[in-house]
Amino acid sequence: MSTIGLQHYLFISALLFSLGIVCVLTRRHAVAILIGIELILNSASLNMIAFSRFGQGNIQGSVFVLFIIVLAAAEAVVALAMILALQKRMKTIEVDKTNSLKG
Amino acid sequence: MLESTLLTWITFVPSMGMGIIGLMLLIKPVLKLSNQTLDNLSRFVALVASGAAFGLVLWLWQGFEPGLTNPAYPTTQLQFVHHLVWIEAFNIEYFMGVDGLSITMVILTGLISFIAVVASFPWGIEKNDKKHFSRKSVPGFMAMVLLLETGMFGVFCALDFFLFYVFWEVMLLPMYFLIGVWGGPRKEYAAIKFFLYTLAGSVLMLLAMIALYFASNPTTLVDGSPCSHTFNLIKLATENDFGSVGLLLGVDFTKIVFIGLFIAFAIKIPMFPFHTWLPDAHVEAPTPISVILAGILLKMGIYGILRINYSILPEATVWARYAIAVFGTINIVYAAFVCMAQKDLKKLIAYSSVSHMGFCLLGMAAFTEQGITGAVYQMWNHGIISPALFLLAGVIYDRAHHREIEGFGGLSKQMPEYGALTGLAFMASLGLPGLNGFISEALCFLGAFNVFTVLTVLSALGVVITAAYYLWTIQRMFLGPLNQKYVNLRDMNWRERLTLYPLSAIMIVLGFYPMPILDLMNHTLHELVKPLAEASGLL
Amino acid sequence: MIQECNFLWLIPFLPLVGAFINGSMGYHLHKRLGEKINHSISVILPWASCFLAFWAFFQLRSLPEGSILVNHLWTWVAVGAFHVDLAFSVDPLSSMMILIVTFVGSLIHVYSIGYMHGDKSYWRFFCYLNLFMFAMLMLVLGDNLLLMFVGWEGVGLCSYLLIGFWYEDLNNARAGMKAFVVNRVGDFGFLVGFFILFWSLGGVWNETGYQITGNFSLTFRELGGMIEAASQKQLWGVPVLTLVGLFFFIGATGKSAQIPLYVWLPDAMAGPTPVSALIHAATMVTAGVYMVARMNFLFVLSPTAMTVVALVGAATALFAATIGCFQHDIKKVLAYSTVSQLGYMFIGVGVGAFWAGSYHLLTHAFFKACLFLGAGSVILAMHHEQDMRKMGGLGKTMPITRWTYWFACVAIAGFPIASGFYSKDEILWKAFNSGTLLIPGWIPWLMGFLAAGLTSFYMWRSYFMTFTGPTALVHGHEPEEQKPVVTWVLAVLAAGAGVLLFIGLPHLWMHTPSAIEQFLSPVFSAASNLPVAGFGHGAEWGLMAASVAVAVLGLMVAWWLYRGRKSEVPGRILERFPGIHRVVYNKYYVDEIYHATAVSGFLSISRISNWFDVVIIDGIVNAVGLFTRVLAWIDGVIDTYLVDGMVNLVGWTVKNTGMRLRRIQTGRLPTYLTGLVFGIVLILVLVRFLMDTTS
Repeated sequence: MSTIGLQHYLFISALLFSLGIVCVLTRRHAVAILIGIELILNSASLNMIAFSRFGQGNIQGSVFVLFIIVLAAAEAVVALAMILALQKRMKTIEVDKTNSLKG
Repeated sequence: MLESTLLTWITFVPSMGMGIIGLMLLIKPVLKLSNQTLDNLSRFVALVASGAAFGLVLWLWQGFEPGLTNPAYPTTQLQFVHHLVWIEAFNIEYFMGVDGLSITMVILTGLISFIAVVASFPWGIEKNDKKHFSRKSVPGFMAMVLLLETGMFGVFCALDFFLFYVFWEVMLLPMYFLIGVWGGPRKEYAAIKFFLYTLAGSVLMLLAMIALYFASNPTTLVDGSPCSHTFNLIKLATENDFGSVGLLLGVDFTKIVFIGLFIAFAIKIPMFPFHTWLPDAHVEAPTPISVILAGILLKMGIYGILRINYSILPEATVWARYAIAVFGTINIVYAAFVCMAQKDLKKLIAYSSVSHMGFCLLGMAAFTEQGITGAVYQMWNHGIISPALFLLAGVIYDRAHHREIEGFGGLSKQMPEYGALTGLAFMASLGLPGLNGFISEALCFLGAFNVFTVLTVLSALGVVITAAYYLWTIQRMFLGPLNQKYVNLRDMNWRERLTLYPLSAIMIVLGFYPMPILDLMNHTLHELVKPLAEASGLL
Repeated sequence: MIQECNFLWLIPFLPLVGAFINGSMGYHLHKRLGEKINHSISVILPWASCFLAFWAFFQLRSLPEGSILVNHLWTWVAVGAFHVDLAFSVDPLSSMMILIVTFVGSLIHVYSIGYMHGDKSYWRFFCYLNLFMFAMLMLVLGDNLLLMFVGWEGVGLCSYLLIGFWYEDLNNARAGMKAFVVNRVGDFGFLVGFFILFWSLGGVWNETGYQITGNFSLTFRELGGMIEAASQKQLWGVPVLTLVGLFFFIGATGKSAQIPLYVWLPDAMAGPTPVSALIHAATMVTAGVYMVARMNFLFVLSPTAMTVVALVGAATALFAATIGCFQHDIKKVLAYSTVSQLGYMFIGVGVGAFWAGSYHLLTHAFFKACLFLGAGSVILAMHHEQDMRKMGGLGKTMPITRWTYWFACVAIAGFPIASGFYSKDEILWKAFNSGTLLIPGWIPWLMGFLAAGLTSFYMWRSYFMTFTGPTALVHGHEPEEQKPVVTWVLAVLAAGAGVLLFIGLPHLWMHTPSAIEQFLSPVFSAASNLPVAGFGHGAEWGLMAASVAVAVLGLMVAWWLYRGRKSEVPGRILERFPGIHRVVYNKYYVDEIYHATAVSGFLSISRISNWFDVVIIDGIVNAVGLFTRVLAWIDGVIDTYLVDGMVNLVGWTVKNTGMRLRRIQTGRLPTYLTGLVFGIVLILVLVRFLMDTTS
């Protein structure tokens, strides 16, 4: 058993990213899609922090991760507000049913 | 009088009448005039305006001194000159004046226009004939006639090519409307045909005019300022030698310009083969318009050729003389033959006009004094006779509502006065000696005979045919048993007498005493034809 | 010597006044005041002219020989070298003519009072008749060729009006038209002759045309002096004077009814009989003879022209006489007789015996007017029946008509007791003795001689058929003699036909030229030296005897065949030779030939011309119009389908693509997201790939 190195972080991160993608693509519930997006964002953050830790010793990755967290929070706020508005307007948040943009 | 504004007055008095009619239309709602009142007022205005113009023309005649040379315009006999700069940017002048050639035409215009206005009155037309042209949009009709009169006077007085062209076009438009609105059943066809034909001519004239303008030498305007080119017809004739210009489109300049101008004028004459607009226009036009058309408009072709082609392009004129004479002969003989086959009285008279204008072509191609005087005098006489003929055709049309020669018969019994006047006009037209037509025909032939012997003999044969078709027409219309359909026709009324008796009197008087008219033109025509005769080796 | 005479203009003017009054007010005068007012105006004025004509005649006689009277009114036409005055002149020839015209004319006016009585257009008749007098007097008084031409055509017009006087019958109208048109053909000749003459007086023809050098004058007296200048000139390879003469003669054949233009005269008999007497016998038809006589100075210079004149005259004399023998209509007989007698006059002027021709003109005016008016009297009595076969025995009830007709027949047939013999015989002798023609003189003489025999025959035939034999009845009554106004005129004319012999007694008998020859000689001075064949007195006596003999022979034959219409010989002769009879009776079918050639030819040309105008020229015009319209249509097609088509194609493509592409816009979020992901993957792959290739 070796020590936990960069590869493990990257592996987790890739897994998270894949789960997120799958979640985004497959779920129909708007909130679930939001969760999937959060997963993707977090996988990116994990990547950043991992490279920051095992990289050249600068902290740019950590700083980025801080930005991403803030951004994710803001995004969640906006997204949830939209979902609420959606619920209010369409009486559903099933994304399959909200197809009024259909060309 | 050498300088005068009289010609300007003569020319624009009719348009003033038109302006007054226009004003009346504007104030009609204000004064709450009825249509009836307005019609009568506009008739009255037209009568006064054309009458005033005619009075001024007589004054002009009285003041005209034949043979007087104008020191301001040496080599010409211009009188009553009104000469201003009009559009300086293009060296266009307002240049009006008459010499022996144009004064005869101005007098004719004054007379015939006045008679045409009188003939447009509805006196004597059956009350129930509401669709008669004399009761249809009268203000418009009168306004158009007056505008036409201005155009006609202008053409004969203008001595600036551009001004000439403007008046020429001014004349065209009212004619189109007069035929197209107040005409007979096929009026649209006739009006369009007339318009297209004459427009085609105008285009050629425009091109020729521009060509001459740009080929002309620098000179001065009337106010003394220098100009690079000129439209002044007198200067174009005297200060330019277009024979040395060279080639245009690969042809000699003078020849191609001559042809362009000649075709433009030939359409108006009308010369074979450009004549077919005339029968249609005449047949469809209302009587007074036929009168003006035959009496004056046809003269503009010959007038234009004499005024512009002859004086500005003498070389080409000498070159084209045989062609002119041949076309003249064709006009005379061919149209006479066509006349014989006509069934419509007005068409017959129209073709006879074609035939009679042929005399002018033949006479003027000879470059002899007799020939050219005969040509101009023939214009004058035709301007007296053919209006009378069209008025006479109108008389019967107003009564019988058709013009089929075969459809009458024995009318002399019912309408002796009409028969007598028709006979007189026919005789004048077929050139019976003692009436005016003879003198001009004889002069044309006499003048042409020394140059175009064979052509003249052929044309003289046309006179036999002329006699045949007129007499045949008299026979079919007036002689034989009276057609029972027409036992109720009334003889001439006062309006018709008023128009026809003066013309008839002129026919007879000028037959025995033509010198008043011949004297007017003799000197000018002598000057006009002398260089041509010299150039063609006749003197 | 030229004597100014200021009343000459009144001679033609007075009848013109009459014509004007009757023409303008005649109808109302007739209605209100009756016929009397119409005819008193129209009869008095010609008599006044007649008085003036006599006055002028005596004035002329009082002047020395060779004088003329001239009345210059005003310059008529003056253009360059062409200068013609409105002027009248009287020389012996025109003086003779105005005397004939006014005297015979006025008599016929008087006669018309009786003849036209009761006609509803009485006033119109007198108007035309006066107008005719005016024109005829213009013709003979005119001082120059052009003024003469005014009268020349004027009489043609009046002839037209009077032939068609009863125009309600179309046949009359047609006859008038025929007369006018045929005359116009002649006038064409006159005009062309006039042009050639004018231009040949001064200058020369060369290849460019005519060069003017000399003077021009068209008055007859000056023409005579100038004509020499033209004698050497040629046009179309023919001496100018011959051409001029021949063209003038064409004019004369039209007016004077010679071959080939004589056809109108027999038809002209459709007019009232006084008109036939005045216009178509006494005056107008002689205008051609007058003109040739007037232009004698020209004709004597051209033997060719003279030969043609004489031959045509002789041929016409014989030809018309043969037709005259077979006519049944009394006026037709007289008409052909007139044509024939005019032929004699042309023989006379053609052989250079201008005075003899003029003398025959004078005597003919009297005896032929008398014959026509006599025939008119008969026709009135027969209630407008003109067929001689239905007449007969009228001599008993109409003595004055009969004996005047008889005397006129004596005159025309050539018996020495009346004037006709002297004029005709002089012509025949001059023809025989002529040395100016290109052919021997006996040829025209023989033709004239034969015609003389025939003349005697057909005139006596008409006399016997009309006045002898059983009396014809009209509506059960015997025809009655006419009123004095008619019979007196006949008597005066017959007396004139007799008395006139005294001015023409032949040289042979009197040993001095006859009065008429002397009187006319100043006019014909140019002809005084014409060569003669030189036969002696014996020949002249012989010919004279032969003339009398042939006249008697004609009388005998007519007597034998027609007197009392007992004989059946004519019928048998006609049965024997039906073909000849039919051909001659139908006037050799000349009218039909003219109709088939000239008239229908002209009509077809006119129809062809009209067709050409309507179909070809107007066709071209309309085709140009149509062509423009087709061009515009094609232009429209190109615009709509090609230019607009391109634009529309672009739009259509874009639209269609959009239609198809919009399907992928499902509006479903997962789809978009899927697209997003796959897009990103694609971009990554692409970037990867591109980076690989570039690095």
